[in-house]
Amino acid sequence: MPLTPISYPTVGSMGKTGSWRTFRPEIDYSKCTKCTLCWIYCPDAAITRQEDDSPKIDYDYCKGCGICANECPVKAIAMHREEE
Amino acid sequence: MVTIKELPKEEYLLKGHAACAGCGTAISLRLLFKALGNKIVLVVPACCTTVIQGPYPYTSFVVPLQNILFESTAAAASGIVAALRQRNLKGITVVGWAGDGGTVDIGIQALSGAAERETDFIYICYDNEAYGNTGMQRSGATPYGAWTTTTPSGKRERKKDMPLIMAAHRIPYVATACPSYPIDLVNKLRKAKEIKGTKYIHILAPCPTGWRYDTSKTVELGRLAVQTGLWALFEIEYGKFKLNPPSDRLIDKTKRKPVKEYLTLQGRFRSLTEEDAERIQKWVDEDWDKYRKLASNSTSDFAPYGKI
Amino acid sequence: MAQMIIDTANHIAGYAAKAARVKVVAAYPITPQTTIVEKIAEFVESGKMDIEYIRVESEHSAMVACIGAAAAGVRTFTATSSHGLALMHEALHWASGSRLPIVMAVVNRAMGAPWSIWPDFSDSLSQRDTGWMQFYCADNQEVFDTIIQAYKLCEDERVFLPAMVCLEGFILSHTYMPVKIPEQKKVDDFLPPYKSGWILDINRPFSHSNLVSPEWYMEFRYMIQEAMENAKRLIPVIDKEYGETFGFEHGGLVERYKCEDADLILLTMGTMGSEAKIAVENLRKDGLKVGSARVRVFRPFPTEEIVKLAKEAQMFAAIDRHISFGMEGFLATEIKASLLNQKDPPLVAGFIAGLGGRDVTFDTIGKIAKKSLKWMHGGKVEKETEWVDLRE
Repeated sequence: MPLTPISYPTVGSMGKTGSWRTFRPEIDYSKCTKCTLCWIYCPDAAITRQEDDSPKIDYDYCKGCGICANECPVKAIAMHREEE
Repeated sequence: MVTIKELPKEEYLLKGHAACAGCGTAISLRLLFKALGNKIVLVVPACCTTVIQGPYPYTSFVVPLQNILFESTAAAASGIVAALRQRNLKGITVVGWAGDGGTVDIGIQALSGAAERETDFIYICYDNEAYGNTGMQRSGATPYGAWTTTTPSGKRERKKDMPLIMAAHRIPYVATACPSYPIDLVNKLRKAKEIKGTKYIHILAPCPTGWRYDTSKTVELGRLAVQTGLWALFEIEYGKFKLNPPSDRLIDKTKRKPVKEYLTLQGRFRSLTEEDAERIQKWVDEDWDKYRKLASNSTSDFAPYGKI
Repeated sequence: MAQMIIDTANHIAGYAAKAARVKVVAAYPITPQTTIVEKIAEFVESGKMDIEYIRVESEHSAMVACIGAAAAGVRTFTATSSHGLALMHEALHWASGSRLPIVMAVVNRAMGAPWSIWPDFSDSLSQRDTGWMQFYCADNQEVFDTIIQAYKLCEDERVFLPAMVCLEGFILSHTYMPVKIPEQKKVDDFLPPYKSGWILDINRPFSHSNLVSPEWYMEFRYMIQEAMENAKRLIPVIDKEYGETFGFEHGGLVERYKCEDADLILLTMGTMGSEAKIAVENLRKDGLKVGSARVRVFRPFPTEEIVKLAKEAQMFAAIDRHISFGMEGFLATEIKASLLNQKDPPLVAGFIAGLGGRDVTFDTIGKIAKKSLKWMHGGKVEKETEWVDLRE
């Protein structure tokens, strides 16, 4: 143990926060214009910008807030209820 | 003028952190790092960000971060700035990152002192308009009429005008921002970094947990706050007041959306009467009279002492 | 070149901070500490000290600024008294929990209400639980020497805890005494460059002190206690080394005077220790076998030293310049606690004296001794705690 609490950078410090979701976002890539707005607005950095600027959602950490779906200018993202 | 695509891909706020779903502060934090990179020492008092880090032995932050006592963000930052200067370490930006409670209430003394001493750091207040960490009790930044757990029938007092209080300290840079306008926030952060002295940035951070709205509406609500004129985007640079787009077009009242559009989307304003809503609209209009006067002033009331 | 000067303990504390080559001072004025911060300002403006001097807007900010500076890698110093120390209370906890080697001069002054500017130990003793080490000085030379020793102790990797060096307001702070200021080179050899157990570093990012669950918190507290135990062993070693290097030693944890054959030992802290020595001389002239033990270090409490002393005496009279309302003086309590499980412990009588700066002379202490001896001969402590020199 360190002599005083020192915490190192870790992905998933709160665990797999994807388990918090009730709704999950699904991207329709045929509509996506690669504007990267969903990437910049995701509070959880759960959307990565690919080489070609298309978004990729990391479902291990996506909390399902729906901001990406709400902000997508072409409505390429839809929220679907998670099936148990 | 940078574009979203030009912002770096590196994340210094790692996914899997403890912020609520839809947290406006988390978006602001990502934008902080997109703007400034990671050559930062962050000072974080007791606030939502304390919890967002996650628990020992893990943290979601990839910058040195000093957690500190609630009222003393600016004091700790003063100490760190002094030490780095004594050690002759350059190129490191000290950033105080505090909630509204830790800024306008309990933290105001330390902040005022640090500003008066011209401490060379950036102080950022992310404002979710209540004490978020402890469960949404009212703060001096809670707006009139808002429900909080300590003002269940709606706060009777008005929101403390922290940006203008800081401007009266004659510091070289004061700005307001909102994560719904990411490029504006990034530009302001980058500008602040290049200025010597105390810089103050006040970010309106919509909070689904405290403001009672669907988590997907965070960015939309921030936008509405600006579009109704309830939250004005401006800078006061070396005392010169300037409204930023889209706020610069809202001096004309007809261009401002009615505040009701913003208020009705939030559960915390559910108990507002018609009278209350009219009052709020009137106050917004009065604030904009003030902004109009400030924007048209050729001399400046807020110029740092000693600067012409 | 070493120099002999005649100056007040406050100014001497300023000389010590300068000699220790501190890099950041964050302080706020309060009577009777003010001449420390003024002396430091004088050193800074005349170029004798090259430091960042943060003239903070409150004592709470003073301690937090020191925490920030120490975390960012430099030696720090501050000073305060009374209500200023009380205002820092939560920050004292934060500093020790952060294991930062900050040294602070505390110019002891009574707590209000009502306002008093005169000395007693209620300010520093009511901070005894904060994880700070505490030294109590009896003269100006000791103030200088203890500040230097404190930095060496605090920055030892077996310790890494902050320390307060206490000196009584007005009795020491504003009284001129001769003090030898050693040659700077010798101090530099004695005191290595600043060291702490961790540092804020952009090349090695981490969060310091985020939330710790019940699963881990106790272990961090245990480590602080361990550090205190290590300090207890190191303090006499450092004092001795200091004595060999600079010619002044101050008794380690407990400064004894004529205790070897004493029936009664007077236990005091601070300047009362000096007065007690004179009282002992006078009592011995009357054939009474009395000794004096000045508790120089209150935290860590020198339990082993007290137990050793107890083997030599029949009775202890503990004189507290402080009262913990609803109980008794802390010195008396902690002495009793140290002795309870020993075989045939001495009787312990507690005395409260000198609150709010009321003068405690060798005469007063002589009276305390005579009363204690009477009880000793009667085999029983008539009163657990006796208030001395109270008006009728």
